[in-house]
Amino acid sequence: MILLRFILLLSDKLPILLKKGSEADLLLIDWYGKRALSKLRTERLYRNPILDKELRHRRTIREAEMLSKAKEARIRSPYVYFLDTYRNEIIMEYIEGANLKSVFSANLALKLGECIAKLHSRNIIHGDITTSNFILENRSQDNYTELAIIDFGLSFFSQRLEDMASDVRMLKEVLNSVHYEIFDQAFSNFSEEYSSFSPSGRGRKVLRKVDEIQSRGRYSRIANSY
Amino acid sequence: MLALGIESTAHTFGCAIAEMKGKRKGTFRILSDVRSSYRPPEGSGIHPREASRHHANVCSRILKEAVMRSSLKMEDIDIIGYSAGPGLGPCLRIGAVLARLLSTYYRKPLVPVNHALAHIELGAWLTGARNPLVILVSGGHTMILLYFNKRWRIFGETLDITIGQLLDQFGRSLGFSSPCGSMIERLASNSNKEYSGIPYTIKGNDVSFSGLLTAAIKRTKGGSFDIGNTCYSLQETAFAILAEATERAISFTNKDEVMVVGGVAANRRLADMLNYVCTRHSSKLHVCPIHYAGDNGVQIALTSLIDHVNSKVSVAPENGFIDQAWRLDSVNVRWR
Repeated sequence: MILLRFILLLSDKLPILLKKGSEADLLLIDWYGKRALSKLRTERLYRNPILDKELRHRRTIREAEMLSKAKEARIRSPYVYFLDTYRNEIIMEYIEGANLKSVFSANLALKLGECIAKLHSRNIIHGDITTSNFILENRSQDNYTELAIIDFGLSFFSQRLEDMASDVRMLKEVLNSVHYEIFDQAFSNFSEEYSSFSPSGRGRKVLRKVDEIQSRGRYSRIANSY
Repeated sequence: MLALGIESTAHTFGCAIAEMKGKRKGTFRILSDVRSSYRPPEGSGIHPREASRHHANVCSRILKEAVMRSSLKMEDIDIIGYSAGPGLGPCLRIGAVLARLLSTYYRKPLVPVNHALAHIELGAWLTGARNPLVILVSGGHTMILLYFNKRWRIFGETLDITIGQLLDQFGRSLGFSSPCGSMIERLASNSNKEYSGIPYTIKGNDVSFSGLLTAAIKRTKGGSFDIGNTCYSLQETAFAILAEATERAISFTNKDEVMVVGGVAANRRLADMLNYVCTRHSSKLHVCPIHYAGDNGVQIALTSLIDHVNSKVSVAPENGFIDQAWRLDSVNVRWR
C-alpha cells in the first residue's frame, strides 16, 4: 500500500525535465512504476526539416543499437526499455551517480582509458567522448563505483585506426580545454590504461595516429611545439 | 594612448588609428579606418603573390589616408601594432615591413598582434560580450573557443578546410570571384529551397567540410542539379553543422554568452540558426557587426593598445616577426 502510494506520488511529479541537451531533451519519467530516463530527440527548427528528420531518426536507432552492443564489450551503459522510432525517443535505465565532468580527476582518467579501449576492441567508435558523457555510478550496496558511458548518438562501427584515434583526439581536446589544470597527468594516465587494455601494440599505434591527426590541423606546426 | 594598427593577413590591407585612455577599454575610440581589398580574377582564389603585390601598391596611400582622416600626424602616434599571423606569408610580410619601417623611423614601440585574437577583442568591444563562448568563422578559421586562465582554448575546430574556404572554393568552381559567401547566400535565398542531402559530418565537437565541398561540386558538374538549390543545400548543411557544434559547446559549458566573429559572421542565415540555438539554451548571442566582421586595421589597433597598456609589451624592429601559423591557443593573453 505504501509502495503504491509512493509510486503514485512519484508519478505525479514525473516527468521532470532533467536536461535540455545539445540534441535531445532528457526527462525523468515513470516507466510502469520504475524510474526511467526518456531521451527525446526533439525537432531542431533551425535545421532544414528533411535534414533534421533524417539526423534525429538515424541517431536514435544508432544509439539504441550501440547501447546494447556496449554491453557485449562489458561496458556499463543504460539498459534500453523501449524504442520509439516514430517519436525518436529512447526510454532507458536511469543510472544514478555523478557526472564525470564534475568529479573528474587524473585518477579517473585511468578508468576512462580502460573503458574506451574495451569499446574500441569491439570496433565501437563512440564519436562523442567528452567527460560529460560518463557517469560515475555509486553502488552503495556493494561499495563500488563503476564508470558508465552514455550518449551513443554519434557512434559507429569501424576497425580503422583513424576512427579510434579521432575518439581519443576528441577526449584530448576536452581535457586540454575544460580540464586543463590536470591535463598532463590525466592524459598520460589515460594513455597508459588505454594501451594496456588494447590488443598488443594497437594502443600505441592509435596514440601515434592522434598526433598525426593533430599535425594535420590548421596552423598546427606551432601547437605541436608547445 | 594612440595606436596605428596595420592589417595584411589575406586579401585586405588596412590601416586604422585609434585611441584608448588608460586601461579602460570603454574609452576606446576609432579615429580612422581605411581598407583596400585585393579581388582575385573570377573563378580563382587569393594568389598570395598577387595579393601581396596589391598590398605593396596600396600601402602608402592607405596609410596616408588613415593618418589624414584622423587629423593627426605620424609623430602623435604612440605605438604601432601589426598583424603578425596567422595568414599568408607574402601578405603578412608587407604589413610587417611597413610596421618595422615606421617603428624605426618614428622611434615608436612595435607590437605584434595575433590576427585571430584581434577578431575576438574587437568583437567583444563592439558587442559588449564579457566572457563568451566564441565562434570564429572566416576564411582562415573555424573554431569554437573558450577562455580559461590566460588562454583561448579550442573546444572544437575544423579538421580540414574552414567554412570560408568551403564557400569560396564552391563559389569559385561556379566561376565567381572570392570571397563568395555573399553570392552564395543570395543564390540560396532566391532559390526554390529544395533540400537534397549533402554529407553531414560532425566528429564530436569538431567539424569537417571537405566532404561537403566535393559533393556540392560534383553535383553542379553533373548538370542535373539546380545551382541555387545546391547553394541552399550546401549552406543549410554547413551551417547546421556549425549550429550543432555550437549547441554542444553551450550545453557542455553552460555559457550564457556566445559571440560570432570573422568574415562568415556576416551571413544572416548562420546568425539566424545560432540565434535559435542560443535562445533555446537561454544564452545571449552577440554577432559582430558586418562592417567589422571581416579583416580590418581597427582590430589590430585595439588589440595592440590593450596588450601594450597592460603588459608594456613591444618588440625591437629587428625582432618584428611574422608567423604564418601562429595558432591562437598558443598566445598568452596577458591582460584578460
